Amino acid sequence: MKLDTTPRLADPDAIFTALAHAYCHLDDAQARAFDARLILLLTNHVGDDDVLREAIAIASDGLVPRDRAGDLDAVP
Amino acid sequence: MAPSHLRPGFGYRRSADQDAPAPVRHPVVVVGAGPTGLSMAIDLALHRVPVVLLDDDNTVSPGSRAVCYAKRTLEVWDRLGVGEAVVARGVGWRNGWVHHRKQLVYEFDLLTEAGHKMPAFTNLQQYLLEEALVARAHEMAGIDLRWRNRVIGLTVAADHVALVVDTPEGPYELQCEWLVAADGAKSFARRQLGLEFVGQTIRDRFLICDVATDADFPNLRQFWFDPPFHRERSVLMHRQADNLWRIDLQLGWYADPAAEQVPERVAMRLRRILGEEANFRVESAEVYTFQCRRLERFVHGRVLFAGDAAHQVSPFGARGANSGVQDADNLGWKLRLVLAGLAPAALLESYNRERVAAADENLRRAEQAAEFIAPRSPMARALRDAALHLAGRFSFARDFVNSGRLSQPTVYAGSPLTTPDHPADRFGGGVLPGAPCMDALVERSGEADWLLRHLGFCFTALVFDATPPSGQVERLAALPVPVRTVVVRVGTAEPAEEACLADTAGLARDRYDAQPGTTYLIRPDQHVAARWRRFDLTAIAAAMARATGSAEAA
Repeated sequence: MKLDTTPRLADPDAIFTALAHAYCHLDDAQARAFDARLILLLTNHVGDDDVLREAIAIASDGLVPRDRAGDLDAVP
Repeated sequence: MAPSHLRPGFGYRRSADQDAPAPVRHPVVVVGAGPTGLSMAIDLALHRVPVVLLDDDNTVSPGSRAVCYAKRTLEVWDRLGVGEAVVARGVGWRNGWVHHRKQLVYEFDLLTEAGHKMPAFTNLQQYLLEEALVARAHEMAGIDLRWRNRVIGLTVAADHVALVVDTPEGPYELQCEWLVAADGAKSFARRQLGLEFVGQTIRDRFLICDVATDADFPNLRQFWFDPPFHRERSVLMHRQADNLWRIDLQLGWYADPAAEQVPERVAMRLRRILGEEANFRVESAEVYTFQCRRLERFVHGRVLFAGDAAHQVSPFGARGANSGVQDADNLGWKLRLVLAGLAPAALLESYNRERVAAADENLRRAEQAAEFIAPRSPMARALRDAALHLAGRFSFARDFVNSGRLSQPTVYAGSPLTTPDHPADRFGGGVLPGAPCMDALVERSGEADWLLRHLGFCFTALVFDATPPSGQVERLAALPVPVRTVVVRVGTAEPAEEACLADTAGLARDRYDAQPGTTYLIRPDQHVAARWRRFDLTAIAAAMARATGSAEAA
C-alpha cells in the first residue's frame, strides 16, 4: 500500500480542532461546498493516483457494498 | 444574416449494374455517403481500389450534426486532397471561455504550435463539409457514387456480400468482396446482422440549435455552467461558417422533447442567450439524447463497420465525425493490401483491435465529460462546483473542469501491428510507436514543404541525417509490400541531394527526437509502426511483416 496511514502530524489535536472549527458557521450546503473544495485541494497536493485510489477505497469501506465500490476503479 | 443554405440535389443515375444479367461483383462497396463513407471511398480510390459508394438520399446532411474537426482529421483529409478546401471553407479557432454562473472562470488557448500545415481545429457545418467531400469524390474516376441507392437486403456469404439495392427505378442486386458499413447510427447493415450496441444512454437531453445571426459574438468555444440565462444547466456556443452558430442547451432528463422543439420556445431560450435585440434565424433545432455505445466488434466476416454505425458518443469533445474519419484512415490501406493479396485477411482484425480501442477511449472521455456536465449526486455536483470555484484562482483546478475533452488521435500502442521501442534505443520523446506522425515545415529543393506530404499511402522509412548503405533503399522498395525511403537532412541538404527533405530549423528533428541515423517506419495511414536509432534492414523487414499482419507479434 502506498497510502501512508502512520501518524504524521506534529499536533493532531490542533489540526482536528481546526477542521472542526472550519464548519462552525457553515450551513449544510456550505459545509458540502467546503468539503468539496478541501478534497480537491488535498487531492492535487497528494498528486499520486495510486494513493488517491487507495484512500477512496478505504473511505468507501463499509459505506457501500464491495461490488459497488469497485465501480470507482472502472472510472479512470 | 447568412442566407439559408440550399442543399444541392445530386441526381440519381442508372448504373450499368442495374441492367446486368447477373449481379455484378465489386471489390468494395461502401454504404453511406457521410463524412466517414466519403472519406473511406476517397481513400480507397487513391489506393487504386475501385469503390462503389451507395447513399439512400440525393443530397448532403441536414443541420445539427458534426461541426468541429481536429488537426488529425484535417491531416487525413489533406492526404485525401480535400484538407485545404475544408480549412478554407471553415472557421479556425483556438480560444475558449469557460463560465460558471456569472463569472468567466478562465480562458484557454490551444496554443497552436507553428510549423504544422493544418490548424488545431476547424469548424464547419456538416453539410458544407460533405459538399467538399462530395466534390472531391465526384472528380475521382475510381468512385462510383450512386445517389438514391438504398440497401434493402444484405446476405453474407463465404467469399462475398450480396446486396439488394432499391432505387427510384426499382431494386437490383449487387455483390462485393468487402462491405464497409458507414450507414450511420441506424445502420441497416447492423440491424440486418442482428448486432447490438453495448454501452449506455446518457440520462440527459440537449436542445441542439444552428442559429444564423449577424450579431457580433467572439470566435471562441464558449461553455457556461449554470449561467443566469439557463439556470442549473449548461450551454455551449461555437461558431460555424457563414455566421452560423451552434448552440447546445442542456435540458435535463425530464424535459419534454416535443414541447422543447416548439419554435416559440426555442426562440425564447435563444433570445436569453443572444440578447433581446439580436436578429437571428433558427436553421435547425432538435432535442437529442446522447448514446455512448459501440458494437462489440467492428469486423463481422466481410462486413466492416465504421463511424456512427460502429460507435456513438456524446458530442462534447467532437469525437463523432473525427473518429469516423480516423476509422476510414485506418481501414483503407488494410483493405487495399488484402484485396491485392499482399496481406492476409487477418490484417483486417487489426482494424477491429485498433479502432475498438480508439472507440473505448472516446467513450471513456465522453462519459467523463457527461459526469462533469451533469453530476449524478449532490456531492458530485458539489465537487464539480468546487472545481469551477477553484479554477478561477488555481490552474490545477482548471484541469478538473471538463466541458468535453477535445478529440485527440488514438495511439495504437498495444496493437499487434506496432513494434515497441527497443530499450537500448533510448527514445526520450518524439512520435511514439502507434502514434500519428507530426507535421513539420521542411524544405525540398529550396522550396518550403510539409513533412506529412511525403508520408502516407505506402509504407515509408523516414531516415534522419544518414544515408542508408548502398542497395538497401532498393531492397526495401523490393519487399513484398514496398517501403519507400525518405531522407531528412537536419540543417540544409546538400544541393546534390535533391530527393532529400531539408529540416532547416530542426523542427522535424525535435518533433521526432531524432539523432543521425534515427529511422521511423511509417504506415500508409501515417501512424508510426516502429522506430530505431539506426537504419537496419533486418529490423525494418521484421517490423514490416508485423505491420502487415504477416507475422505473429513477438
